[in-house]
Amino acid sequence: MESRMNEIKEDMIKTLKEIAYPLVAILISFIAGGILVYSFGKDPVVAYTALIKGSLGDWNKLGETLVTVTPLILTGLSIAFAFRCGLFNIGAEGQFIIGSIAAVWAGWAFAGLPAVLHITLTLLIGALAGGLWASVIGWLKAKVGSHEVINGIMMNYIAMYLSNYITMTLLNVPEKAYSVEIADTAKLWRFSQAFEQLKYSRLHIGIFFSLIVAVVAYYILNKTVRGYEIRAVGFNPHAAEYGGISVKKNIVLAMVISGLFAGFAGAIMATGVQYRVNNLFGFTGYGLDGIAVALVGNNHPIGVILSAFLFGMLQKGGPLMQIQGIPKEVVGIIQGIIILFVAANFVKVITEQIKQNKELKRSAGKGEVE
Amino acid sequence: MPAVIEMKGICKSFPGIRANDNINLTVEQGEIHVLLGENGAGKSTLMNILYGLYQPDEGQIFVKGKPVRISNPNIAISQGIGMVHQHFMLVQPFTVAENIILGKEPKKGTTLDIEKAIKDVEEISRKYELKVDAKAVVQDISVGMQQRVEILKTLYRGAEILILDEPTAVLTPQEIEELGVILKSLVSQGKSIILITHKLKEVMSMSDRVTIVRRGKIIDTLNTKDTNIDELAEKMVGRKVNLTVEKEEAKVAAPILEIKGLKVLDSRKLEAVKGVDLQVHGGEILGIAGVDGNGQSDLVQAITGLSKAEAGEILLNGKEITNLPPKDVIESGVGHIPEDRHKRGLVLNYSLAENSILGSHHSKRFRQGMGLSYLKIREYSKKLIKEYDVRTPNEKVMAKSLSGGNQQKLIVAREIDRDPSLCIASQPTRGLDVGAIEFVHKKLVELRDEGKAVLLVSLELDEIMALSDRIAVMYDGRIVGILDARDATEKKLGIMMAGGSSQNAE
Repeated sequence: MESRMNEIKEDMIKTLKEIAYPLVAILISFIAGGILVYSFGKDPVVAYTALIKGSLGDWNKLGETLVTVTPLILTGLSIAFAFRCGLFNIGAEGQFIIGSIAAVWAGWAFAGLPAVLHITLTLLIGALAGGLWASVIGWLKAKVGSHEVINGIMMNYIAMYLSNYITMTLLNVPEKAYSVEIADTAKLWRFSQAFEQLKYSRLHIGIFFSLIVAVVAYYILNKTVRGYEIRAVGFNPHAAEYGGISVKKNIVLAMVISGLFAGFAGAIMATGVQYRVNNLFGFTGYGLDGIAVALVGNNHPIGVILSAFLFGMLQKGGPLMQIQGIPKEVVGIIQGIIILFVAANFVKVITEQIKQNKELKRSAGKGEVE
Repeated sequence: MPAVIEMKGICKSFPGIRANDNINLTVEQGEIHVLLGENGAGKSTLMNILYGLYQPDEGQIFVKGKPVRISNPNIAISQGIGMVHQHFMLVQPFTVAENIILGKEPKKGTTLDIEKAIKDVEEISRKYELKVDAKAVVQDISVGMQQRVEILKTLYRGAEILILDEPTAVLTPQEIEELGVILKSLVSQGKSIILITHKLKEVMSMSDRVTIVRRGKIIDTLNTKDTNIDELAEKMVGRKVNLTVEKEEAKVAAPILEIKGLKVLDSRKLEAVKGVDLQVHGGEILGIAGVDGNGQSDLVQAITGLSKAEAGEILLNGKEITNLPPKDVIESGVGHIPEDRHKRGLVLNYSLAENSILGSHHSKRFRQGMGLSYLKIREYSKKLIKEYDVRTPNEKVMAKSLSGGNQQKLIVAREIDRDPSLCIASQPTRGLDVGAIEFVHKKLVELRDEGKAVLLVSLELDEIMALSDRIAVMYDGRIVGILDARDATEKKLGIMMAGGSSQNAE
């Protein structure tokens, strides 16, 4: 039992190490953002206070921030998961859209079912639809080797227009540019029903679902044979093949699991927040933001939760900054700097450089070889 | 007359490694000077410094008595230094002449004067007695001729001092002999040659003087005629070494691996294995000798399921395993030490523990409930590390942080511990130091003595001859002959490796 605890402890330390670099990068980005605000002639302290107040200032604001965080966690996990298999699932956006429309259909078509059954079925259908959508991309990659980014982008457009078509025909509310509303039995439970403090927030139980999915993703990746195979394919497909691991099968599977997460995100948005699907004029952005979330979270499920929270905060805190006279574009700039720092792996490069120099000096001093 | 090359007090460090430590090297006019040392001793680093690819941290270089700073290869070339790399740097679809003039093309106006190029190439080819066909396309000519093209490239640029990095690695014994003649003739025309190698026999047959490098330091410089193989080996490794493999008479049992009429296509869809019949019995080591690229890799890949067999069948213990997926081949009892440990053998970003179960990760003994038990995996990995003497801080470090020898030991441990009835060892000691080679050899012999079948594929003839009970020679996708190891001589094998039959070899 004690060794079990040790293992958990070691896992935690490993996790911490993996997300340490992005954390430092974020800190530096905020300092850089502060300098920027200062150079505009504004007070950085005021700006950041507004940012925090706007996103975490009271229960309702926190609730609304978490409403944004929920799908970001899921799309972030989607991208991170595929990435561990060496795949860049830019198609998460399309899988999100398909998940939404499928969930709305299920939420509308199966009206009359008992609530728990109906909501479970609706979420399941949304997730499966996303998985199915992603499987096309995975299958094409495995079968004919066509690149998942190209196919992902194309599938995003197909998803958007397919969703619009269904919204305007099968599920259309006459004269409106949106779909029918789902039945009450398919709606996710909202905190406003029980907590006075969260009365004006749309916060729903989906946030817990997203956290559970993060744990599931972590478990699959790090503790199962499937995860072992997926990561092996991601690191070195040749060695994986040599070790009796089917590269093609794992590519398709990783893509499907990634699509399940993105589709689930879409279903959660449909059943927890919007209750319907609008006729889209452009992408929702949740799938695409997931890329940044996964990147900043270092493709680690726990990192993804934290970075989704950060991005949710930045998005929700922006408007209050604007009221304080600081252009809300600053938020965009800070996001950009964070991504730049993380993507350039700047903190890691610098620390490794310092380490190397130290080692060099030490070995040179001793006149050691190796 | 001053020495053509004098390197004084050369120091060069890489992170964590002092590759060259206060090295002094003198090369005299008109000599063949061998730099002898194990892999990683610092020979290549020193030569890369001389050729301007690296900058030394300290030290000075004198060419013909004058101090020079060689900050890039162009300066080296202008000083008359030429280098032939271990891996040839030739443009495959170009002709010999086009390759030789590349970067220093004769021009007619603004266009390439290909007539003159061919004439120039034929002229230097004649002058230095390096036979090449100027109009042949490089991808169609033999490796030996490609090497001559590389040497001509340096001569065309006016090289007086030639550096050859492991020139014999890709050659047959006969081609090695030819190379020896070429080098002697170059020296007689006033060139000086530096030869990098870790093969002792070549030192004795080719060089005038030898400098031994060990762990970044010069151990000694000797006149070749005043020394012998055992002394050189001891100086190179730093202790007495046993150059022969001790093994008892093979107790040959029933065949374990049977291959009938096997044909395999390579990645370019050309037939690489052209109908091979082969049997490997329990209790024997069957060595496959051959020059690189004669179908050995494709044969191994087909047996292990990594590439498809076009025709023929492969039986293991009487059961057909032809074209089974790799997983099923592994589970039917085949262990495989792959030729490229970084590409195939290891997931470098996985820990040693994770690498120790690659291929047997489906096994129930590493399970706990639905998931993998990393506790059990680590226990198993610790056991392998201990039994096979893998030098590592612990089993949690990434495979990429280990030295090549220790990486290879882990692979050998994993593949042997799975208790396979057939073990395929492809280049099992490539790039390893003498100590690690001894170890791997011992383990393979042990496996054979347990009655298992061992299929050894190696480009090192010495290794094949030392380990094998029977030797099959592969040439151009076919087995051209199988010899009992007791009847095999280097000369016989060499002729067969170049495509001659065993009758010719008699």
